[in-house]
Amino acid sequence: MKVSVVKNILEANDRIAQENRAIFDENDLLVFNLMSSPGAGKTSLLENTIDALKEDLKIGVIEGDIQSSQDAERIAEKGIPAVQINTGGACHLDGNMIRDTFKEFDFDALDLLVVENVGNLVCPAEFKVGEDFKAMILSVTEGEDKPAKYPLMFHESKVLLINKIDLLPYVDCSVEKIKKEALKINPEMTIFEISCKTGEGLDAWYNWLREEVKTRGSARKQ
Amino acid sequence: MRKHNAKVLRSVRLDIGQLSAIVPESLSFCFEVMTSGTELEGAKLIMEIIPLRGTCRDCGREFEIKEYAFECPHCSSPHIDTIAGQELSIVEMEVD
Repeated sequence: MKVSVVKNILEANDRIAQENRAIFDENDLLVFNLMSSPGAGKTSLLENTIDALKEDLKIGVIEGDIQSSQDAERIAEKGIPAVQINTGGACHLDGNMIRDTFKEFDFDALDLLVVENVGNLVCPAEFKVGEDFKAMILSVTEGEDKPAKYPLMFHESKVLLINKIDLLPYVDCSVEKIKKEALKINPEMTIFEISCKTGEGLDAWYNWLREEVKTRGSARKQ
Repeated sequence: MRKHNAKVLRSVRLDIGQLSAIVPESLSFCFEVMTSGTELEGAKLIMEIIPLRGTCRDCGREFEIKEYAFECPHCSSPHIDTIAGQELSIVEMEVD
């Protein structure tokens, strides 16, 4: 006997992500999901971004790692609310894990919540957490072939930050090639070339992010 | 299975989108490991890979997206809506 099922396997997660999203919307909170390979510079980008924007925006951070609370401690040193999730082995965050952190935050007092995902270019792209958009970092030391090798992540991300451009003289990596390949997979992607070490290119990212917070907030209030 | 008063699971059919982060060989291996020694042992996992398809927001035509190039092959527009190729669904089960 054949039984028709037609059930999206990720449906349970998608439903929780939608519920999370409704709570973020109620609080006029812009949420982005930051993804990259391990060591590409997610936490460094956040440290820089917090330093630059914390006078204008109230920021909160959820840190996802398999183990350790080092990242949340780095962020908390900046004097902003940071909650660490240890997945205990899982290679990505899901909607449920994010929901479990809500009791730690006063969302009403925040403008922007950043979810720093587990370092991984594959699975985080499949699991929604209730974010407004996904952002990804690719560092130039990882190589220009990554868009072709990990198309889903490049397809799902609204913004790409190409980090560590201060190292370009020492690596065989063409930023133009990364941009060309990424735009082939996702023609509407916004791309920034940055160095979290020297600060180059970060102002453009800050301005873009400020604008995102502003336009999302006003879109919801209409 | 309980709902259909079934005793034996013969097969499970999945749709797997080309762009999903699924490696069919790994899934197949895990399925075998998970079912062996249980009442589901022997069930087959049948996976259909769904190619990436999109429609163009400018000219309205539908096409297969080849080599992850999200550009309309008819009018070269970059404004593409993905309509297939990201599935991860259980479609059908065969039971006795």
